[in-house]
Amino acid sequence: MKFVDEFRDPGKARALARRIDALAARNPICRRRPLQLMEVCGGHTHTIFKYGLEQLLPEAIELVHGPGCPVCVLPMGRVDDCVALAEHPNILFTTYGDAMRVPGSRKSLMQARAEGAEVRLVYSPMDALALARDQPDREVVFFALGFETTMPSTALTVLRAEAEGIDNFSVFCNHITIIPTIKAILDSPELTLDGFLGPGHVSMVIGDAPYAFIARHYRKPLVISGFEPLDILQAIWMVMVQLDEGRCEVENQYRRVVPEAGNAAALRAVQRVFRLREFFEWRGLGSIDHSGVRLNEAYARFDAERRYSLPNLRIADPKACQCGEVLKGAIKPRQCKVFGTACTPETPLGSLMVSSEGACAAVYRYGDPAGPPRRDRTEAVDGLASRDAADHPATSQEKPT
Amino acid sequence: MCLGIPGRIVSIVDDETDTALVEIAGIRRAINIACVVEEDGRHADCVGDWVLVHVGFAMSRIDAEEAARTLELLRELGEMDEELRQPQASARRGGEHGR
Repeated sequence: MKFVDEFRDPGKARALARRIDALAARNPICRRRPLQLMEVCGGHTHTIFKYGLEQLLPEAIELVHGPGCPVCVLPMGRVDDCVALAEHPNILFTTYGDAMRVPGSRKSLMQARAEGAEVRLVYSPMDALALARDQPDREVVFFALGFETTMPSTALTVLRAEAEGIDNFSVFCNHITIIPTIKAILDSPELTLDGFLGPGHVSMVIGDAPYAFIARHYRKPLVISGFEPLDILQAIWMVMVQLDEGRCEVENQYRRVVPEAGNAAALRAVQRVFRLREFFEWRGLGSIDHSGVRLNEAYARFDAERRYSLPNLRIADPKACQCGEVLKGAIKPRQCKVFGTACTPETPLGSLMVSSEGACAAVYRYGDPAGPPRRDRTEAVDGLASRDAADHPATSQEKPT
Repeated sequence: MCLGIPGRIVSIVDDETDTALVEIAGIRRAINIACVVEEDGRHADCVGDWVLVHVGFAMSRIDAEEAARTLELLRELGEMDEELRQPQASARRGGEHGR
């Protein structure tokens, strides 16, 4: 596939790995402790495990898998709200596939569907709107989820519903924002991060300016990165070059997709439809100020939270579950007490085991390079190109049920 | 839902709803292109463009020149790497910096 395969070339990966080695060898931090770089985005986490990129890095560099998987940070109470909506007699509840198996306190959406609730998988919010258009006697609720990457698509769908006067459509809004989240991580005393890989697809919407404070106030380098193996290796190399030269800047490795100013049309739609919440509750991280959005007053009639009464309860995560510590990078997935035993992708206890972008599911599926013995580097590099092409819902012919 | 996938705009279906047909890995889908139409541009001008598609929306135009530039930089790094590994490595070349 164009713009994908070229960025998986093993020869170039090898060259980058050697350069990263050389920079790590002369980095003073690496002599004292592992240098910790956080990839904020779950999409990066997925690529890192899928291609075994940690095996290409020197042991002195440790990747900390950040909280950038929207499914994984969804608190249990919100899942319960989804189930309550889905069980409402006249509601047709629509969701992205990722969210189906996230456990609520009583059940997941998948279990609710098995028990008779009407839950449909959709690829796009526009598909949910089409269902509302086709079935005017049903009330269609779309479970809106994701960082700034997917916020514009929800906003544009709401604007479309308004333009067409489709009144049996609403959105259960769980969109979250990246900047307050990174700030919360930077302020967390448990962490000693040395740099960041910035989320490429959030950045294509918001641009690079919002990250400036990370370099300026926190003195950490951040490199916005794409999602192919070479993108991630190059971004790590760019962070290492910054550290080597004593610089802390926001740089953009993913220039083919991320313009400096972001996407003006997308931002306009977001600003029109959403406003910041005072705070939003995150699984494992607790409440973070201004980290979520809800629909503006002007679009109240499309807001499922205003339209229906929801349990809206705060539910503590299961005691055995250590998702929070993994999310903050305080422990590795395999160090969690229930990893691979009580908690597996088939029967997840915690949300990190659910989504393919969750650190635990990725470790479980692709193996943890830091856990079992490291593979030979040549073998790891040669494996890059042969991994299956993007298994993306857009190319899947499967009909959501 | 956060993983994007490259596709090419094949034709415009409807200006009013910003809908275009986009070919993604050989499959054609109706995709909303509101976020990639130039502010005072026409929808038809987008035909042939490569875009990154997320949840049914084209969220960014893919800049082929920038992609080529990144790959060229990576190629140079690889070449320099080979040169450095040979004992009689000749003159080093510049331009190794990340942009």
